[in-house]
Amino acid sequence: MTDLKRRSLVATLAATPFAVPLLTRAQSLDPPSKFKQVSSRERIRQRYFPNLVLTDHDGRKLKFYDDLVKDKIVIFNMFYAQCEGICSPITRNLVNFQKLLGDRVGKDIFMYSFTLKPKEDAVAAMKHYAHMHKVKPGWLFLTGSVDDMETVRRKLGFVDPDPEVDKDKSNHIGVLKYGNEPLERWGGCPGMSSPEWIAEMLSWVDWPRNSTTTKETSAKAKANGGGK
Amino acid sequence: MAYISKRNLRKEKEKQTAANNRRELIAAGFKRRDLLKMGLLTSAGMLIPKKGLSARPLNTRGSFDDDEPNSPGTTPFQDLMPRLTVLQQVPLASLNPQPTQQPQPQFGEARTVAHQAFVDFPPQRYYEMSEQAGTALMAPQGELPPQTIWGFNGITPGPLIVERYGVLGHPQDGSILLRLRNNLPADNGGFGLPSVTEHLHNGHTPLESDGFPCFFMERGQFYDHHYPNVYAGVKSTHQAQGGDIKEALHTLWYHDHRIDHTAENTYKGLAGAYILFNEFDTGNENTGFKLPSFGDGQNPLTSFDIYMVFNDKVFDSVTGLLKFDLFNTDGILGDKFLVNGKIQPVLHVSPRRYRFRWLNTGPSRFYQHFLLGPNNSTKSFWQISTDGNLLERPVQVNSARISVAERVDVIVDFTNDAGKTFYIENRLEQQDGRGPTGNVLGAGQGTKILKIMVDGPPVTDNSVNPALIPPGTYFYGFPTTTDQERITRTFRFERGNGQWQVNGQLVGPCSAPPRFAIKRNTVEKWIFQNNSGGWQHPIHMHFEEFQTLTLNGNPPSSTGLITRGRKDVLRLEHNMEAKVFFRFRDFVGRFPIHCHNVVHEDHAMMVLGVIDDVGDNKTQP
Repeated sequence: MTDLKRRSLVATLAATPFAVPLLTRAQSLDPPSKFKQVSSRERIRQRYFPNLVLTDHDGRKLKFYDDLVKDKIVIFNMFYAQCEGICSPITRNLVNFQKLLGDRVGKDIFMYSFTLKPKEDAVAAMKHYAHMHKVKPGWLFLTGSVDDMETVRRKLGFVDPDPEVDKDKSNHIGVLKYGNEPLERWGGCPGMSSPEWIAEMLSWVDWPRNSTTTKETSAKAKANGGGK
Repeated sequence: MAYISKRNLRKEKEKQTAANNRRELIAAGFKRRDLLKMGLLTSAGMLIPKKGLSARPLNTRGSFDDDEPNSPGTTPFQDLMPRLTVLQQVPLASLNPQPTQQPQPQFGEARTVAHQAFVDFPPQRYYEMSEQAGTALMAPQGELPPQTIWGFNGITPGPLIVERYGVLGHPQDGSILLRLRNNLPADNGGFGLPSVTEHLHNGHTPLESDGFPCFFMERGQFYDHHYPNVYAGVKSTHQAQGGDIKEALHTLWYHDHRIDHTAENTYKGLAGAYILFNEFDTGNENTGFKLPSFGDGQNPLTSFDIYMVFNDKVFDSVTGLLKFDLFNTDGILGDKFLVNGKIQPVLHVSPRRYRFRWLNTGPSRFYQHFLLGPNNSTKSFWQISTDGNLLERPVQVNSARISVAERVDVIVDFTNDAGKTFYIENRLEQQDGRGPTGNVLGAGQGTKILKIMVDGPPVTDNSVNPALIPPGTYFYGFPTTTDQERITRTFRFERGNGQWQVNGQLVGPCSAPPRFAIKRNTVEKWIFQNNSGGWQHPIHMHFEEFQTLTLNGNPPSSTGLITRGRKDVLRLEHNMEAKVFFRFRDFVGRFPIHCHNVVHEDHAMMVLGVIDDVGDNKTQP
């Protein structure tokens, strides 16, 4: 990135109603080599995990990457509290899944449900939803500004290429995404897969066996204040 | 389309620079509303419109957060198209431990089922490959950094396996054993799961060797695949003849089939080609069907049978490295088009006939290949096969449509074209993972993928001229489809709440009992339905092939000879219903049927069944 001063950029921008004149400017700022050496883990962070501030069902403000994703095994899905259709069975399914994983949820494995309706799903509504389903620690319901939640949804691929279908929120409910952030292993599966099957899929991205990574990473996750 | 003509190079550069600008603007603390105020961003869009990298839709709310620029520009038609490296046999003595019928977990073999055909068809020849990381240059020197790929023997496409059936009556002579080792690294460089299972696509293979998605091997393990290379019917309907010659297969391929992770692993390079000759399709243009000679597969003066592996990829605009959209569930489209591992290469040919074997390894794009000639002319050619199977005779066509995993063999006659230049041009419009729009672009409007220059020296051509073949069957002819079926089953491919489903159900778990059971040595008729509104699916069945009985209620003869061909991938187009005929013969075991848009496949569009000696009566498994 450049250390371009905001003021000089404004001047450049103001003089140019279109992007094209900007090109010369940007090109001259490029390093001599055409490509930058950035680690794949860092590129994944840049592409998928903007460090937006989200709010969990206990009202805590958490940064999407720093607090929620970094160094952890994570499971993502979408929900909204008033969802009549498939949300409840999927949430119930995930409750059973959480039970199956036992105390690893909240240690090195974290579950995140992002609201599709941030205007409706304030902290209280999410807290009520979490209590109603008896979810345990380590599984957070998350809300934020309309723009931020839309960004998270799109970044994580809960989208349909048909804009009309995409408008129907229920079309983003059915899928889970999961992965191991430091190991850069990611996948996705239907939310109604059996808890045992989801656990098996998650085991494919788990820490290598007999490795000390698990302990180290969970310790680090705790130190980072990763949601409990 | 996103190919790079000179005109597009400029556009490409603009997009890339615009993306760099955006990053700078973000870094400089600008908000979207600042840009709006400055007139740099419209409320509906962004600086530069996005063009299909993946199936992700445009953000209708105008946020630029999603936007990723296209791949960096590359200069087309600089690199030579590589010929696939032919895999060499290894002596049995070099295999340690020696292969056995029973699995050898004590030595790290991942296989859990004994080879069922090891005694009937003992292996005659041996091969060994290591699945490992390697380095590949995909663009002209200096235009993209060296790519870290995963490949069979560290190359992509993997080595070409060239094998032969035993002559009729001697089926055991075709039998081989391939040992695969998983030497993949734990560090995947951003995508890929180092846990693999290899599928010989189109093979009539005992199912413990077929690459069942749940039969994977972990790092450090090996897996012995026994490929008898026999014609279907060898242990049932055509035992006396040593198999039904009408079931001969010639153009196959192999690829990773790891459940839930096939898309990223094949995209990362784990795919290769496999061909089978016999006493009819001999590889020698002086004998049998007299198809253009294979030679040694390398020498341009003697090798006129060329395998071409097509795929499309995206490269990160910042690092220049292969990029895989980790959270995509719809389908991934690349904006760089590769043939045998090189982006838009060049092939030099002599003025004579060639056999090209075209394979599309995906992940999600469908192609319709034309031969673009001088002055936007279109050169016709002869299609001789569908998937691994020869048609009854060559059919003259102007194009061939190839969805993921499909293969088409063609004869192109360059005899009178000395000095001319042609391009393999994909004219099928596709904008997202849903499948092609159905729009076929005009000559010169599509994507030029391979440049073919007819500037090689004149060489003798003893291959058959398809134009002079008298009417009637020239190759094997098709097996009959009049046998009585034991059962008719229906498979509905659909989408619900963003999940892919077959008959309303999801795949898995691996440990679950099979969804349905086919009785060995029986005939079944299957109905494939596409209800998934707007989507197309290349449907693939392992182990056996089908013949199409009806497409949307019409017999395939009404749409020409090609749709009657035997196939193992059915292009299930919008709202299509197809009825197909299967014979399940000779071997038993677990198999999948699935969508071969590998992104759909990885997201549960799969059914895991079994072939046994009992069968079941589920009509909608």
